[in-house]
Amino acid sequence: MSETTGRTIVLDGQEVSFERGETIFQVAERHRKEIPTLCYDERLDPFGGCRLCVVELEGARNPVASCTTKAEPGMRVTTRSGKLEMHRRVLLELVASENREVDVDELSGYASQEMATLVDRYDARTGRFAGRKSGTSRPDDPNPFIKRDYENCISCYRCVRVCAEQEGDYAISVMNRGFETQITTEFGGLLKDSSCTFCGQCVQTCPTGALADLKALRHVEIEEPVEKTRSVCTYCGVGCAVDIMTKGDQVVGIQPAMDGPANEGALCVKGQFAYDFVHHPDRLKTPFVRDDHGRLVPATWDEALDRAASGLLAAVNQHGRHSLYAVASGRAPNEAGFTLQKLVRAGLGTSYIDNCSRA
Amino acid sequence: MSNPLRDMEKPDVIFCIGTNMTECHPVAATRLKKAIRNGAKMIVADPRTIDLVGYADVHLPLRVGSDAALLLAMAHVIVREGLVNEGFMRERTTEAEAFLEHVKQWTPEWASTITGVDAALIEEAALLYGRAERGAIYYTLGITEHICGVDNVQSLCNLALLTGNIGREGTGINPMRGQNNIQGAGDVGAIPNNYPGFQPVTDPANQAKFQKAWGRDIDLEKGITKVRALERAGEQIRAMIIDGENTVVTDPDREHCEHALKSLDFLVVCDLFMTETAELAHVVFPATGFAETDGTQTNTERRVQRLRQAVPPPGEAKPDWWIISQIARRMGFQGFDYESAKDVFNELCSLSKTYAGLDWDRIEFGEYQWPVPHEGHPGTPRLHEDGFINGRGIFKLINYRDPAETVDDEYPVWLTTGRRLASYHSRTQTGRSSGIDYLLPEESLEVHPDDLAAWGFQDGDWVDMASRRGSVRIRVSSTTRSPRGTVFSSFSFNDVPVNILTGSGYDPVTDTAELKVCPVRIRPAPIGGDVAAD
Repeated sequence: MSETTGRTIVLDGQEVSFERGETIFQVAERHRKEIPTLCYDERLDPFGGCRLCVVELEGARNPVASCTTKAEPGMRVTTRSGKLEMHRRVLLELVASENREVDVDELSGYASQEMATLVDRYDARTGRFAGRKSGTSRPDDPNPFIKRDYENCISCYRCVRVCAEQEGDYAISVMNRGFETQITTEFGGLLKDSSCTFCGQCVQTCPTGALADLKALRHVEIEEPVEKTRSVCTYCGVGCAVDIMTKGDQVVGIQPAMDGPANEGALCVKGQFAYDFVHHPDRLKTPFVRDDHGRLVPATWDEALDRAASGLLAAVNQHGRHSLYAVASGRAPNEAGFTLQKLVRAGLGTSYIDNCSRA
Repeated sequence: MSNPLRDMEKPDVIFCIGTNMTECHPVAATRLKKAIRNGAKMIVADPRTIDLVGYADVHLPLRVGSDAALLLAMAHVIVREGLVNEGFMRERTTEAEAFLEHVKQWTPEWASTITGVDAALIEEAALLYGRAERGAIYYTLGITEHICGVDNVQSLCNLALLTGNIGREGTGINPMRGQNNIQGAGDVGAIPNNYPGFQPVTDPANQAKFQKAWGRDIDLEKGITKVRALERAGEQIRAMIIDGENTVVTDPDREHCEHALKSLDFLVVCDLFMTETAELAHVVFPATGFAETDGTQTNTERRVQRLRQAVPPPGEAKPDWWIISQIARRMGFQGFDYESAKDVFNELCSLSKTYAGLDWDRIEFGEYQWPVPHEGHPGTPRLHEDGFINGRGIFKLINYRDPAETVDDEYPVWLTTGRRLASYHSRTQTGRSSGIDYLLPEESLEVHPDDLAAWGFQDGDWVDMASRRGSVRIRVSSTTRSPRGTVFSSFSFNDVPVNILTGSGYDPVTDTAELKVCPVRIRPAPIGGDVAAD
């Protein structure tokens, strides 16, 4: 018997099936219902904090949070109504009123535009509830990666939960309640003194830019639009998919690919923040050849390729084809290793090649 | 890895040995942490109290290089307690009887004298793994970088074969590959024994296949490993091409390595930077790197993914495949007329049995894990589900061997080396990325506080650490991460070139260096010189 047999709910008047354990939100999302959320991250346990995802459930007195309510056979659910939309709008007005700013730069993090987008969608920039801002920012934290601008925090706890549930690091915690709620670290110290590994997951899940990618934000002033290119991290063998963020010819940041098959949205400090070697002035920009004085000096490609080919051939001609050895890289792409092994095999008929795996 | 990364959330017992996963493969480690949050138990065998130990139920703080003894004793307990999977052994393995007999003599009490781990702890770990419904083994270079690396890996295989913990979800023998494309480097045939796709060069059928593809007879003999090639540099080996490896810094026995490269008639290096190795070359080519190169790479779970160019390379830098092809053409070799990475990858797929069902377009979204033997095949996330490629799993009768060098009066301390979370290898990339220095500004030698006191040092003192091959100057840091008598440092910082010290021996089968064990002596650093005694 299929998992879905006999399991249906009525969603906005349409009968749809669901799988055991699915929440109303998950079923609705599969059916392309646009239910707003702020505290939701599909990788994390549902939290039910922001109350934006409420839906009307026939027979229930009040709307229920769809992210925490499991679908049950026969439920009749309405995801959109005048009453729900009003409720959502007021909530967004309230949430926005707590923050110093609603609009943050998209370089702040993967989810950083979520609140601003919803506030616009619900036309909630009314300023009706202007007043005190909650959260105390930590400009004193000198870490170069994570901005801690809690005056933009809405206490959705996504950072706390991603750090605990996704990373297992428990570096971020919450103190106080109500209006005094404050995202913090143990003992209220600096991130460096906590169990934080600077993986950047809190930055990427924050829906308001309260926790933001400080390193990427250095590039706010560059006028060009942000473009994203899907690739794979260059460090360890896990193979985390990343989106390389660029403005023009410059890499301005990295975001984890939420649908990366190996990492499913996760990254570590190296993949997240150690990318700017790409533009380091030490990068080699031309070939170099050794001159008559034994110094390495810049050369044209033609000159260098000829020198390389003749130098390698000289050894082969003088000492035989087993005198040339090739070492391939464990860092370069497959195409590099393939052409190099082909050079010794197809070119010289030897297997005089290895890579860095033995040391 | 025999199993996919997503399986790391599925075991009920996790056995990590010689893998500092939270620092070296942090994203994979997050999956283990999830498994633990869901109730899985974990055994961590590591000389040091690495962060993973904080999540473990059993920590086996074994002496560096004693893994084989520990694993023999674990097998002993599993056999003695009748925890073997008889059906699996009967149907899918061979040499089981000899192995069951062999392990009878290797008791936990015996292993305790070698490893320094309490016999009771070894028993506990063995029972935990032996009783697992889904037991998964994870290891890294802490297992392989020994003179007995092959023995260690085979000892782990023995445990999995004994208990049937292979070929199912949440089980397996899972080496965590260290570099982004070290798996791919082997896959594409950049090894002395195999053509692309692990087709042995010693098989005449393969020779004929590649003769036909490339129009040239290729030796039936294997090539030699890099270790042997460096030994023969200046004699048999007169020229080298090194692509993207800072050999001088990352290989063992730096002095020997530098000498070898200097004695070549001709050295060509392709790299992103003028590395210590490139400095020795006759010609250096500027290669494109991350964010600049279209191509493919293959991860530790055998997943083939696309790399995409996002920005133009600096100056005149070119992709490695282009540089190598141009050199080959100018050497007069045929078959290097590639116009794109796609051309190269598609040729690889056409010749590789493991990539046969792939091509450039098919890996657009990275959903394939090899082997993909033909078009339309969905890939193979989990190996050995329906049987082993070579028929049956073979038990190997392993005996414990001492490391190449052991501590003595002259070199009384064990040095073991590894990586740290925030830096990578010789720091050519992390060292040139802003902010990383905030987390890890310099290298230090991790020493147990009681050892520091016994040796008369204070936390932060400069010391001179010497092995039989050389010495380095390094600052000590006091930490209980190190057990007494064992010290740790990474090899990442060029002002503390730790691989001057290493290189005591090599595995006889693979030529892998024993980088994880090096007896040293530690003395006060001479005061003065060019380094401030702060």
